[in-house]
Amino acid sequence: MEERIAIIGGGIAGLETASQLSKKGFDVVVLEKKQITGGHVEQWHQVFPDFRDASEVLKNWNQHEISGQIKIGIDITNINKTNGLFQIELRDGEQITANAVVIASGFDLFDAHKKEEYGYGIYDNVITSAELESFFNRKREYLIKSGKTPQRIGIIHCVGSRDEKVGNPYCSKVCCITGVKQAIELKEIYPQAEVFCFYMDLRMFGLNYEDIYKEAQEKYGIQFIRGRLSETSELQDGTVLLKVEDTLAGKPLKLSVDLVVLLVGMVKGSVNNELKKWLGIELDLFGFIKPPDAILQPNVTNVPGVFLAGACSSPKNIGDTVNDARSAVLAVEKYFNHLKG
Amino acid sequence: MAGWGYSLNKDRQIDFDANDRSVYFRVIGLEPSLGKCISCGSCSATCSSAVFTDLDIRKIFVLLSRGELRDLKKHLDDCMLCGKCILVCPRGVNTRNVILTIRKELEY
Repeated sequence: MEERIAIIGGGIAGLETASQLSKKGFDVVVLEKKQITGGHVEQWHQVFPDFRDASEVLKNWNQHEISGQIKIGIDITNINKTNGLFQIELRDGEQITANAVVIASGFDLFDAHKKEEYGYGIYDNVITSAELESFFNRKREYLIKSGKTPQRIGIIHCVGSRDEKVGNPYCSKVCCITGVKQAIELKEIYPQAEVFCFYMDLRMFGLNYEDIYKEAQEKYGIQFIRGRLSETSELQDGTVLLKVEDTLAGKPLKLSVDLVVLLVGMVKGSVNNELKKWLGIELDLFGFIKPPDAILQPNVTNVPGVFLAGACSSPKNIGDTVNDARSAVLAVEKYFNHLKG
Repeated sequence: MAGWGYSLNKDRQIDFDANDRSVYFRVIGLEPSLGKCISCGSCSATCSSAVFTDLDIRKIFVLLSRGELRDLKKHLDDCMLCGKCILVCPRGVNTRNVILTIRKELEY
């Protein structure tokens, strides 16, 4: 086969797409913005539901499985479609020609500064779930800036998700289980600490998620308080006062914690607007890339030859992303079979 | 002062830091299945006593875990210990024994 497929993004969606397309004999080129592949997963410590090291998951995609190139540090400046060929222009002047493009550019994390009432960027001991992952990874000495061992930790669900105030009314899908996973990981490091999860609903939809939730309650004594965080304030000793309505007790509740972890949701990739401009693809209300038929053709766009894989079209967990990438490969194959008649 | 028509409202906020949660920890130590409660309310819905009294088993468990002990004793008296709540609990909480244990810990 002569067809060359450009894959935008070297996260797990892009790597899986590249790997599967290679096996089918396509020539692939992966274009990664960062200096390292693996996307967000490269930043995580352990992944749910089996608490496997994220690095071990990433080992699945070795470059030698991919016939073609993986280019890192790539900055795309324009993409043109002419006579059924895609011309991809890079910042360094290089041009890449491809017969099809698979967008696997993923998602961005919600910027927690936008929920200013939660104190992120204002108070020392308010961090995001992504920062907690990097703490787990680097085994940093202190989690609390003062060096204190945390006695109480509050994990806040739905930060930047299911929130019209910040323009994201959708559910990011992975934060509920991430919160429970991180609560367990925190209890393993600090067995004496009390860990509280503040939630509206717990959406434990995936395989074993409910078991992990139950284990968190039963084995680790993690406490779940149903009530969305309204506001935080910092007390003189550096602890953070949380105010929620305990909706199961029907009363307002206040509680001070040494550390607040904000479970930040997924938002559209920042490159989506440019991809729309260059390729003429459609975006949904929230800026994710919109397949014309999200149920039956989730990997196809309104532009022939442009395909979608992974979280660029909607929030997805790792398993869903891998499946979606494989599904994209089938769509690409079908496209070329059709072109050949 | 009489006749002014003003009064102070009682603080109804749960002050988690100030509350005494030791009873909760003792109860959960003696009946660990309480830890599995997901506050679904099946127990309260099936409760024969709840139809006629203020007994709300789900809420009692929540208030206990928050250290809100004020009204617990009064409501626990309404329980007939029939055990229907155990039969409907989807998480296998031994609800009747939780109630008996709370009563003991509150020194009935």
